[in-house]
Amino acid sequence: MKISVEYVAKLARLSLSEKERELFGSQLNSILNYMEKLNEVDTKDVEPTSHVISLSNVMRDDIPVRSIKREDALMNAPEHTDKFYRVPKIIE
Amino acid sequence: MKYEAVIGLEVHAQMLTDTKIFCGCSTKFGSEPNTQTCPVCIGMPGVLPVLNNKALEFAIKTGLATNCKISTYSRFARKNYFYPDLPKGYQISQYELPICEHGFIEIIVDGEVKKIGITRIHMEEDAGKNIHEDGGNYSFVDLNRAGVPLMEIVSEPDIRTPKEAVEYMKKLRAILRYLGVCDGNMEQGSLRCDANISVRPLGQKEYGTRAEVKNINSFKFVEKALEYEIKRQIKVVEEGGKVIQETRLWDSNKGITESMRGKEEAHDYRYFPEPDLVPITVEQKWIDEIKASLPELPDIKRERFASEFGLPEYDADLLTSEKSIADWFEAAVKAGGQPKAVSNWMMGDLMRLLNEENKTIEKCPLKPSQLADMLRLMDKGTISGKIAKTVFENMYKTGKDAEAIVKEKGLVQVSDEGAIEKAVDEVIAKNPKEVERYKGGEEKLLGFFVGQVMKAMKGKANPQMLNEILKKKLSQ
Repeated sequence: MKISVEYVAKLARLSLSEKERELFGSQLNSILNYMEKLNEVDTKDVEPTSHVISLSNVMRDDIPVRSIKREDALMNAPEHTDKFYRVPKIIE
Repeated sequence: MKYEAVIGLEVHAQMLTDTKIFCGCSTKFGSEPNTQTCPVCIGMPGVLPVLNNKALEFAIKTGLATNCKISTYSRFARKNYFYPDLPKGYQISQYELPICEHGFIEIIVDGEVKKIGITRIHMEEDAGKNIHEDGGNYSFVDLNRAGVPLMEIVSEPDIRTPKEAVEYMKKLRAILRYLGVCDGNMEQGSLRCDANISVRPLGQKEYGTRAEVKNINSFKFVEKALEYEIKRQIKVVEEGGKVIQETRLWDSNKGITESMRGKEEAHDYRYFPEPDLVPITVEQKWIDEIKASLPELPDIKRERFASEFGLPEYDADLLTSEKSIADWFEAAVKAGGQPKAVSNWMMGDLMRLLNEENKTIEKCPLKPSQLADMLRLMDKGTISGKIAKTVFENMYKTGKDAEAIVKEKGLVQVSDEGAIEKAVDEVIAKNPKEVERYKGGEEKLLGFFVGQVMKAMKGKANPQMLNEILKKKLSQ
């Protein structure tokens, strides 16, 4: 199996140098080859695992709790005004 | 060549929970931007989402009301994409194993009942809201809406015309509102609709290539956007072209759909099971309990209104379009109002007065029993239908009872034969020319005489008596 590093980088919004592309490409491919090996195991009668903990139905009641202060929420953003997160213009 | 459209709708409905789907932040609409967020819904590292059990209950309710099979085992999935209103870089949604599948609802178009299949209903979180500044270099993000619970209700491609699509949306909205799981406000965005549309020559089995139309945010636009898109696709095909599979945006100002090309890089959402949330198992016992708690739904109520109250289909349909309207009607009937009379007053004067003030029936200043009381006064002959119109409007505006208004304004109907005869004689004496013409065969002049007498008697004459006396006197 061969993976397109450019494609994965694009999905992750990463720009890679030629050198990085080669390095990550070979690393990703070795991971995929390892996965290929797993494919050799017969899993016909095995339920796929999506969670390792055998728990279900962890829920909360619909009761409001206090939200955090706006200034605390905004302070982690690279850019913000006093009310909003600010981002480069989104072209619709 | 004749063409047929094939339409499927994806409806997003905001659930009426008090808190978000995975955290305890309030879902209140219209609050100051970014005041209803917390580390969970703004995607801070290390936090864990926990499912709101009300959201699950609402989704199951909706599934049961739309004849779906409720999954006893269901789970969430991550849908990965980048957008400024999506703080985590993924949306928690459902992919495989949605909570509800294989349902249907029934619509009535041109008197025919048609089943529209529901492929699935799944739960997911809403994104935030982007605000664009005209001409500026920035956009602004409000995350109050991020994490508000949504249901995505996906229909089968069973819809063939824009009209059917509107009926489907109306029925779905009515069901959601009856259940109290969504307020159904398309303009405010709590009910949103995307449409998948293709066209094919009539009789062809295979589907054509479909386009997805987004941003349809009112009932009027459902019809307009679909009509436009169907015409556009037929034109493309007839000119020998090919419809491209793409996303198009409905522009309500221009009345057209426009391609979102450029933004339209192939999406690859890389769905995978959400590791932060454990699966959901729903026991049959809970499903049964929810089923037993469902209210009477619009279709059943409509049929009952027609059979129990002897109402015409049209009345029954309109009165059951909203639960609150149906409740008001039943309360008025229970208070003694004759069903068809109650229906007429509600669909006529009451709706007109409410619409004038842009009010819903929940805010109606008039009580159902007050209408019933007024109808009783009409039955007894205390007031005529004409006077009742005045009384009704007065009741609505002042909140006073009919009887008080009738007394206060001296609106009691005059059924005194002598008094009516006197007024009739006067009108006849004053209008010799019209009397001649009437006797010469212009019978429609009767209305003129009725009007004149009513005017003289301030509208209080008993109409039946007036008619009889007039006819008698005019033929002498």
